Amino acid sequence: MFNAPKEGDVRIPSGCAISGIFSKKGKRFSGEQAIKSITLMHDRSNGLGGGFAGYGIYPEYKDYYAFHLFYDDTIAKKECEEFLEDHFDMINLSKIPTRKIPQITNEPMIWRYFLSPLPTKLAESQLPESEYVAQCVIKVNTTIKGACIFSSGKNMGVFKAQGFPEDVGRFYRLEEYAGYSWTVHGRYPTNTPGWWGGAHPFSLLDCSVVHNGEISSYDANRRFIEMFGYRCTLLTDTEVITYMIDYLHRKQGLGYEKVAHILAAPFWSTIDRMNEKDKAEYTYLRDNFASMLITGPFSIIVGFTGGLMALNDRLKLRSLVVGTKDDMVYMASEEAAIRVLSPQLDSITYPKGGEPFIVTLDKEAYQQCQ
Amino acid sequence: MSINFLQPEYEVVRNMDRCITCRVCERQCANEVHHYNADLDRMVSDDSKCVDCQRCVTLCPTNALKIVKTNNCFKENANWHTSDITDIYRQATTGGVLLGSMGTPKEYPVYWDKLLINASQVTNPSIDPLREPMETRTFLGKKDATIHYDKDGNIITKTTPQLELSTPIMFSAMSYGSISYNAHKSLAMAATKLGIYYNTGEGGLHEDFYVYGPNTIVQVASGRFGVHSDYLEAGAAIEIKMGQGAKPGIGGHLPGAKITEAVSKTRMIPQGTDAISPAPHHDIYSIEDLRQLVYMLKESTNYKKPVIVKIAAVHNVGAIASGIARCGADIIAIDGFRGGTGAAPARIRDNVGIPIELALASVDRRLREEGIRNQVSLVVGGSIRSSADVIKAIALGADACYIATSALIALGCHLCRTCHLGKCNWGIATQVPELVKRLNPAIGSEHLVNLVTAWTHEIKEMMGGMGINSIEALRGNRLMLRGVGLTEKELEILGVKHAGE
Repeated sequence: MFNAPKEGDVRIPSGCAISGIFSKKGKRFSGEQAIKSITLMHDRSNGLGGGFAGYGIYPEYKDYYAFHLFYDDTIAKKECEEFLEDHFDMINLSKIPTRKIPQITNEPMIWRYFLSPLPTKLAESQLPESEYVAQCVIKVNTTIKGACIFSSGKNMGVFKAQGFPEDVGRFYRLEEYAGYSWTVHGRYPTNTPGWWGGAHPFSLLDCSVVHNGEISSYDANRRFIEMFGYRCTLLTDTEVITYMIDYLHRKQGLGYEKVAHILAAPFWSTIDRMNEKDKAEYTYLRDNFASMLITGPFSIIVGFTGGLMALNDRLKLRSLVVGTKDDMVYMASEEAAIRVLSPQLDSITYPKGGEPFIVTLDKEAYQQCQ
Repeated sequence: MSINFLQPEYEVVRNMDRCITCRVCERQCANEVHHYNADLDRMVSDDSKCVDCQRCVTLCPTNALKIVKTNNCFKENANWHTSDITDIYRQATTGGVLLGSMGTPKEYPVYWDKLLINASQVTNPSIDPLREPMETRTFLGKKDATIHYDKDGNIITKTTPQLELSTPIMFSAMSYGSISYNAHKSLAMAATKLGIYYNTGEGGLHEDFYVYGPNTIVQVASGRFGVHSDYLEAGAAIEIKMGQGAKPGIGGHLPGAKITEAVSKTRMIPQGTDAISPAPHHDIYSIEDLRQLVYMLKESTNYKKPVIVKIAAVHNVGAIASGIARCGADIIAIDGFRGGTGAAPARIRDNVGIPIELALASVDRRLREEGIRNQVSLVVGGSIRSSADVIKAIALGADACYIATSALIALGCHLCRTCHLGKCNWGIATQVPELVKRLNPAIGSEHLVNLVTAWTHEIKEMMGGMGINSIEALRGNRLMLRGVGLTEKELEILGVKHAGE
């Protein structure tokens, strides 16, 4: 019986390790690479959470939303499936294949659904499709006890669990999946007790975030974003960051670079030195979205369809390294976690605080992944 | 003369070995406490006139004076305190409403003192304000909920007018009339130097102070004293005063003695007449009427200035603030019941309204529940005594704080709470020319600049301790606070956890 407190029950102020691997040409490679990278940073985790996000992993279902769910029990599963059937065409459903290993215990029921919004329901809602889906995800996660949608994007999926990340990777048999982009996280939770749903990546639709750090702005960010229909049920820093990115990118139409310049805004002294046009824009963004400024240490890797973004807090209080080799881009907390995959690199950079490093698929590759 | 049963509150204690009968005390005391007795060749004091302003004590060259609270006592009990008894004596003698100045002296809970601030340790490091930038720049005004783009996809950056503050502190409304020309000038000069704002109160704007317009908030109160188009144009923002923390539901009263020629001209009222502003604006009897005034002021100033609506902290303040946010106000100022006043009926000052901490917490929560918190900025006042109070207010949800009593103290006010008498020995709450001269605006403004600068340093230190390097990341960040010795209900309203949680 799983009786330990869950995310959402307790918030305690996290270390962690993050890594991201990306092929600009859209070459698909197995999750084994991500496991190898994160394994090297074993000591940055404490066994209370790890997870992966893979992009391009469901090409045969790329037009459908892939929902990954944790259920505590069959009652939650029944209630949730009723909700899903009520709102979506269910194209396929199955248990997510796992491998029983002694390191991973207390697993909930882990299911996967490929869905398409019911056209009539969608029309009734008068919402854009993405908003319809996002609201359904938030509804399930806030109202159906024992059900947690932890992945909801198209042609991507999040795999996470309580345990060390390398064990989580083996548990989910990630060597059997292939994607053009992977992010991975090893967790050292301090804010929350560490539970399957609270492990990273945290995602909404196709946006997934892995995060190293603990943000001191959490409650200011949370209380602001909750005005716009989001519900921070897990009390983790990563959750609120994900929602803010979703709001600014999907709802406000900002590119990821501008999103980064709200989350880790330039200092006023920097803005004051800009030319008039830039100064007006940065002042506008910083003033209007002041409550989305994140302070405290963070390094994040944001996964999205066709790209990755690495971002440090503006004081660069956490480590973050980016390396490139041919069409491959590597991001990690430690350089060694990159060198273990590609000892020889074309370039290695250490992004400045607040300056995002964004990589996207080449045009041709992007069209293929759509 | 009938016996009034009243005894002096204070006693003047003079060390006769030190007193050199220089008569400084006599010249300094506008209340005529000290006299030189030629027959005795010594200074004598009339304790009954002493208000404990400390002017004589401060300026006595030989430190011969001290003022002590009298130990002559009434037969008090747990129900009847000296103040209750003497108030009855006063009213029995005069038949009048008792007036009081400054904030209530009653012992209500000060919630600021029951809230403790967080500090980072290990998992989230502190930030060293000496090494890293700590940003306190604050913008007040309505924020856009949605980004608009032009046809080329560029962000349209034109926005509703904003007030830019270097630090989240402003000088609250104090009218020219209630305070002196030099006090006003001190505030205006300091606000300009600090990059913040001072507020005219409902007394109009002396023509000498138009030069400080970019750092001036001009107030439109129910009396409409001194309100004209040039006045509205002069300020950076316009504040509609609906209420004041020290006297919710009450208008203002400036005694005729304070209406000197210059005050008369600025207020546009006859010299020497009492300036009585009504409790209600006689063109505002509903929230819809308020909306009309908000837009009338915006229209008349070409939508270039944010409009603030100031209300007193009262029951149901959350719903009131929601209405104000929806009526077009850019900023809501909320004034708590411990706030200061030049003159208020003491009974009202001491019994009407609610603490600013609870009002702020409930307003911030209500506006967020309705999804409109970003449509309006919140400024709070009502006994903000230190930088810690500012930090706590911002963590509870304020954008900035108004200070008034603290600013007056920085100017030399000793809280003798007799502003309404117009005999302020420190040259602050008076219009008597020889008293006004006692406050040097250059020195006064320097003290104000020092105070706000010191508080800003402290705010940065505390922010650094929390691992926060920008003030906006503190706004509404209630996890940074913990309550001590508060009931469940108080914690619920404040929206903070108890220490240890």
